[in-house]
Amino acid sequence: MNNVLSVHSIRFITLVLLQVLIFNHINFLGYINPYPYILFIALFPIKNNRINIILLSFFLGLCIDLFLDTGGVNAAACVFTAYIRPIVLKFSFGTIYEHQTIKFESVDLGSKLIYFSLLTLAHHLILFSLQLFNISKIILVLQKTLFSGIFTILMCMLISIIFSRKHK
Amino acid sequence: MQQIINFIIRNKTFLLFLLLFSVSVLFTVQSHSYHKSKFINSANFLTGGVYSTVNNISEYFSLKSQNEILAEENNRLKSILYNSRSKLDSVFIDSLMFGTEYKFTTAQVLKNSYNIIDNILLINRGTKDSVQQDFGVITDKGILGIVDQTSKNYATVLSILNSNSRISAQLKKTNHLGSLIWDGKTPEYTQLLDIPKIAPIETGDTIITSGRSSIFPKGIPIGTINDFKLDQSENSYIINIKLFNDMTNIEHVYVIENVNLPEIKSLLNNE
Repeated sequence: MNNVLSVHSIRFITLVLLQVLIFNHINFLGYINPYPYILFIALFPIKNNRINIILLSFFLGLCIDLFLDTGGVNAAACVFTAYIRPIVLKFSFGTIYEHQTIKFESVDLGSKLIYFSLLTLAHHLILFSLQLFNISKIILVLQKTLFSGIFTILMCMLISIIFSRKHK
Repeated sequence: MQQIINFIIRNKTFLLFLLLFSVSVLFTVQSHSYHKSKFINSANFLTGGVYSTVNNISEYFSLKSQNEILAEENNRLKSILYNSRSKLDSVFIDSLMFGTEYKFTTAQVLKNSYNIIDNILLINRGTKDSVQQDFGVITDKGILGIVDQTSKNYATVLSILNSNSRISAQLKKTNHLGSLIWDGKTPEYTQLLDIPKIAPIETGDTIITSGRSSIFPKGIPIGTINDFKLDQSENSYIINIKLFNDMTNIEHVYVIENVNLPEIKSLLNNE
């Protein structure tokens, strides 16, 4: 238990620092930034209580918001992502999820891709619609969601492949 | 009563989600209105500390270009100083007040953003250096923004690339006033609204601060007119301004304090 706790605390801090110090300064083509910090929500243990993950996601988002001066935009997006995660899990992994036996290291690449994509798109849609906060800029919201989303999914896949522990 | 408690226990996940979501939306709404984001801003011990540590390292990478910018500015200031020496002989009647209307403080930008709609910068001066809300911030080339929230060592600056900032600006050659509002598209251009149709404007004209808001002194350069068109009512222009500042590359800035601001404010509030 202690080990799990420390792994997730370290992951929390590392992802927040990486996000605010590196990934938010990429500005590919002027405005496209990846948000791979949602990996924390995506890779959170499934057996754990849903209350825990929603609370932790809120604090994760709030930390990012503190650094980026964005009000509560990231917190709202993270809470939403954490709330819909069981539905996304069920959709992308099907029966394995029902038996509660998913190991993120061992699932096949296709369903992992679908899982990350759905979470990312949900997160980015909330994030950018709250950030722009203007219904007449809906096209810009969708555009940013799409482009940043592709970038985020790519980063998430890369990070999760590089840091997966296959030798177990 | 039993049923209400049962309901809460059954839907506790959803209720928690709803609570946290509304809290974060509340923070978001606050951040979209001027001078309201009291709790969630980067002018605090933790985020300011992290940013200044990282800035300590990363500032070395731009030392050369920043030195060139500073040398260029020195050059410009020297040429002004030595060419206007004769004017220094003129007598000021109220010699006590001379030169003390605006106080300048240097500062360094720790965090810069320009790719979202409400951009906020972080500088390494705070209440300890007597920086307070509503002080102006400029660079050597032109205007940058207005100080928003302050902590002991840090302050956040509402950039001109922020949908909440409205800065009073005017044409350099005439006194027609307008307000500077960003449309959120590109960091090179900003928009000047409310310049009346009667004003003689041309592409390439210089736009400066008007000094009406008593935050900035009059005459700080902002940019040049790139293109312009009439707005829907056909009474005033919407002018696209190319900024003198490269908002994506800012390191050394100056904070301006208007010494007379409290006096002006109290006078205006009396009315």
